[in-house]
Amino acid sequence: MQFFIEVLLGGLLSGVMYSFVALGFVLIYKASGVFNFAQGAMVFAAALSFVGFQNLGLSFPLALLAAFTTMVALGILTERVVLRPLVNQPPITLFMATIGLSYVIEGLAQGFWGANVRGLELGVDDVPVQWLMDSTGIGVSSFDLFGAGVAAVLVALLALFFQYTRIGRALRAVADDHQAALSIGIPLQTIWRIVWAVAGFVALVAGLIWGARNGVSFSLTFTALKALPVLILGGFTSIPGAIVGGLIIGSTEKLAEVYLGEYVGGGIDSWFPYMMALTFLLIRPEGLFGEKHIDRV
Amino acid sequence: MNTPTLATAPSAADSSSPAPGYLSINNIEVIYDHVILVLKGVSLAVPKGRIVALLGANGAGKSTTLKAISNLLHAERGDVTKGAIEFKGARIDQLTPSELVRRGVIQVMEGRHCFAHLTLEENLLTGAYTRGSARGEIRDSLERVYHYFPRLKQRRMTQAGYTSGGEQQMCAIGRALMAKPEMILLDEPSMGLAPQIVEEIFEIVRDLNRSEQVSFLLAEQNTMVALRYADFGYILENGRVVMEGEAADLSSNEDVKEFYLGLSAAGRKNFRDVKHYRRRKRWLS
Repeated sequence: MQFFIEVLLGGLLSGVMYSFVALGFVLIYKASGVFNFAQGAMVFAAALSFVGFQNLGLSFPLALLAAFTTMVALGILTERVVLRPLVNQPPITLFMATIGLSYVIEGLAQGFWGANVRGLELGVDDVPVQWLMDSTGIGVSSFDLFGAGVAAVLVALLALFFQYTRIGRALRAVADDHQAALSIGIPLQTIWRIVWAVAGFVALVAGLIWGARNGVSFSLTFTALKALPVLILGGFTSIPGAIVGGLIIGSTEKLAEVYLGEYVGGGIDSWFPYMMALTFLLIRPEGLFGEKHIDRV
Repeated sequence: MNTPTLATAPSAADSSSPAPGYLSINNIEVIYDHVILVLKGVSLAVPKGRIVALLGANGAGKSTTLKAISNLLHAERGDVTKGAIEFKGARIDQLTPSELVRRGVIQVMEGRHCFAHLTLEENLLTGAYTRGSARGEIRDSLERVYHYFPRLKQRRMTQAGYTSGGEQQMCAIGRALMAKPEMILLDEPSMGLAPQIVEEIFEIVRDLNRSEQVSFLLAEQNTMVALRYADFGYILENGRVVMEGEAADLSSNEDVKEFYLGLSAAGRKNFRDVKHYRRRKRWLS
């Protein structure tokens, strides 16, 4: 039983890591209807610039600020250079544009900062929490707990922002109906710039957490792929959905690996999430928390 | 102007354009996608504090005229290629929709376009986006809108997508009111609504016009209702204004009666006669 709980907790906490990446997708999809394939590249670029700035001799907070500025600038630039000229184009065109964008971002980031693998230090150790180990015998990494805490704060902030602020409401309005938003005087370009900037910020948080865990290397961009099943489970338009989806994917893949792995020879966790996503698409295509398409008859 | 006048050919429209009013449009031409000529020289004026109706059949150019004013044309690849649009004496054709809303001109789009996943109250609040003013002031405006549309207050926490067509139309008008406009461009408010609801909505429009001093330019296919509530009317055909006049004069005009109200002294016509009228109509324009 203790072992089960340990696996479950480990899974849940690693699921939070997927949620970080999924959040970035949700934000942009919600506000502009664009599936931003470049989110993974943005995560990579964020982590790389943070480490790069640190190597230039900046202190931790300064490097954080510099990386944050870089990501916001990148977001705004993307809106200006890639998306604005493509306004009113079909979604598939925009999607293709973001695929292209992901290569540009990866290339630029590596060209600028170099392509070698680096370590990223956040000052939180990846060791079991001692008091929990002593009292219950369950080992939970303090780094994982830290990540979960950051996720909770981030989601709470985003939820409050979307639900209760004037800009947040405008973002949701734009997501629902571009033209109507335009007609009541909401400037779409400003809104899109804000969304891309926020997505850049989320990518930075994701990049820092992932980078500290796995090291900053090109393979970070592939973590974006793990965000896909999370999105399908949680729903493309829901911020809480991205978190819950991440938790479900994280825990089930670890449990499946531990308890079913021996029967099929292991390696389940690389394909199990995708199978779950497929099943979900058949049963509930809008995801657990996704907005139902409202149709009037 | 006591009798409805026949507008002259567009080439002479400059000389016969209406006296510059509060909102005035002077001989505009609109082209979609660089090739499709939709408006061929439309001139009209809305005096302050009045309700002006823009009438005509499907595809006559009513919506295009409204969108040319509110500058939503660009989003549909349309362009005003000739003519001028003025509001309170200043050119407004190059303003973005957002700047235009700040100046007091707002459009309520055809088909209502409420934000389906936002509650009715959130829909109304988004209308105050351009004001950015203090919460208290916006609360006051919200209460005013609820005063005109008590139904919206009852259902304020319902997602707009789940409300009826009439409620959505009220929501769309209320949302525009939240921007504190001086001039509302109302596109086809009667679309898909039961006659009783249409009547209710037009009553509110008249009420808003009288007590809030909001001017209206409304595009309508329902000529009968529109002429009953409007002060002045323009009839568009094929991208041109073919007739204009006081609403009362228009509704007693023989041609308008026959072509738009389906009334005539001789009662209902058979098909052959209708074809005959079509020919006469072409001569009119």
